[in-house]
Amino acid sequence: MSAATATRAWKRPALISNPRWRWAIWIGAGVYLAFAFGTLEINWGRLQEGLPRGQRFLASFFPPDFGSRADSILDGILESLWMTVTSTVIGVLISIPVGLGAARNLAPRPIYLLCRGVVAIARTFPEVILAIFFVKLFGFGPFAGFLALSVGTVGFYAKLLAEDIEDMDPVPPEAVLATGASWFQWLNYAVQPQVIPRMIGLAVYRLDINFRESAVVGIVGGGGIGATLLTAFDRYEFDSAAAILLIIIAIVMAVEYSSGFVRRWVQ
Amino acid sequence: MPVRHDKGIPIWRRRTTARQWGVWGLWLLGTAIFVYCWQLISDKTIWMFVWDAPTQAADLANRMSPPKWGYMAELWRPLWDTLNIATLGTLLAILLAVPVAFCAARNTTPSALLVRPLALFIIVGSRSINSLIWALMLVTILGPGVFAGVIAIGLRSVGFVAKLLYEAIEEIDPGQVEAITATGANGPQRVAYGIVPQILPAFAGISVFRWDINIRESTVLGLVGAGGIGLQLDASISTLAWTQVSLILLVILATVVVSEWVSATIRHAMI
Repeated sequence: MSAATATRAWKRPALISNPRWRWAIWIGAGVYLAFAFGTLEINWGRLQEGLPRGQRFLASFFPPDFGSRADSILDGILESLWMTVTSTVIGVLISIPVGLGAARNLAPRPIYLLCRGVVAIARTFPEVILAIFFVKLFGFGPFAGFLALSVGTVGFYAKLLAEDIEDMDPVPPEAVLATGASWFQWLNYAVQPQVIPRMIGLAVYRLDINFRESAVVGIVGGGGIGATLLTAFDRYEFDSAAAILLIIIAIVMAVEYSSGFVRRWVQ
Repeated sequence: MPVRHDKGIPIWRRRTTARQWGVWGLWLLGTAIFVYCWQLISDKTIWMFVWDAPTQAADLANRMSPPKWGYMAELWRPLWDTLNIATLGTLLAILLAVPVAFCAARNTTPSALLVRPLALFIIVGSRSINSLIWALMLVTILGPGVFAGVIAIGLRSVGFVAKLLYEAIEEIDPGQVEAITATGANGPQRVAYGIVPQILPAFAGISVFRWDINIRESTVLGLVGAGGIGLQLDASISTLAWTQVSLILLVILATVVVSEWVSATIRHAMI
């Protein structure tokens, strides 16, 4: 070991290798953060005032009260579940033709552009905004929420289906085509088996998302547990609200575990 | 290979008879559940309003156009707030999610019996409650404003970032960690030189992805008073100022498209 090697220390390579870019990004981030915090307008006085209130607030969540509003909680949860199931089914059904059309290797150019446009529009707005408009158009209740969730499902599912079809192995479709299969036979025997395992997994995942979203479309009048939750908050019945939140978490956990089983069973 | 015999000639089939019946049974069950759920929703729907919807939609579209472009001057500030809610919320989420992810990953958790279930519960709890509901709670505690929105987005995103990150940690190549250990590295050094470089690209990708989602979610937080452009949306809808609503929707559309483009570009540049 000579002195020359001792002074030459190893350094970890940086994530962004170009030093100029690295510094520009760090400085840019610093300037942005300074501005962002400058305009955040945290009212420390209000916060200090709010903290003991927050403590009382959190304390009033415990113990969760499942009993006194059991009827309306059960009603809301069931309504959420119906909305979840129907919107997932309808959303997936609509997604199948849209997704087929939005796959570049399957559809002719005009249909591809049309279907991509449908997907982009369905994806842009959060379900809550969609729900606001559907409530205006179709009246209060689960039907508006169902429509909002269905549109959200189309944006999510059709996009992933199209991407999955675009990524599929092109050899089996060609082989099936070579046997003289019709277009539907080709779809049924060459394309569908390649995408179905992942698609079933995604459908179950979307079921899970739709359930969680069904809790918020109720806030704007779209039916489901969200309405019950908002009422509980508005009446300061935080113990009932805590019960609702725990039920939501429990159902999401149950769906997540069962979706793991479904995915393993499919694959 | 499942075959069907037709006059003694074997013909290929996709499934065996039992499997085929199983598939039919599942379809029947699924259809029955769907029809049942649909009927319950249908009972709660006032169909007269639904049939009236096309007229309503035409009326609404009429009232919404043209967008009131002059209102834009009042939207820059809420737009900036929306951007801040999403960005600062994502940063907060990252800060909280990294320790949670290391506690939740099977190969780095300090205790698989005690800490891991707790970390997994944090992840599920954070993920199952929508940011709008987090905001609803936080507005009561912290008062209305951007700050409540930042915290709401942060708390909602912790679960998402931590879940994807811990899956990335569990999928690392153990050989590299072993090699670092063989040089005599201690625990923190093992993490810094053996694990972190392997998950850094995934981590950056997850963060940018979540930021993109958060932009979308922060546009509606104002509906419950947590700041951002949703406040203006709520106010405009309540006062039936439909030309303002259409402008706000256009602004949200543009923001979402731009953020999606930014996130796609960054992720493309990194991978």
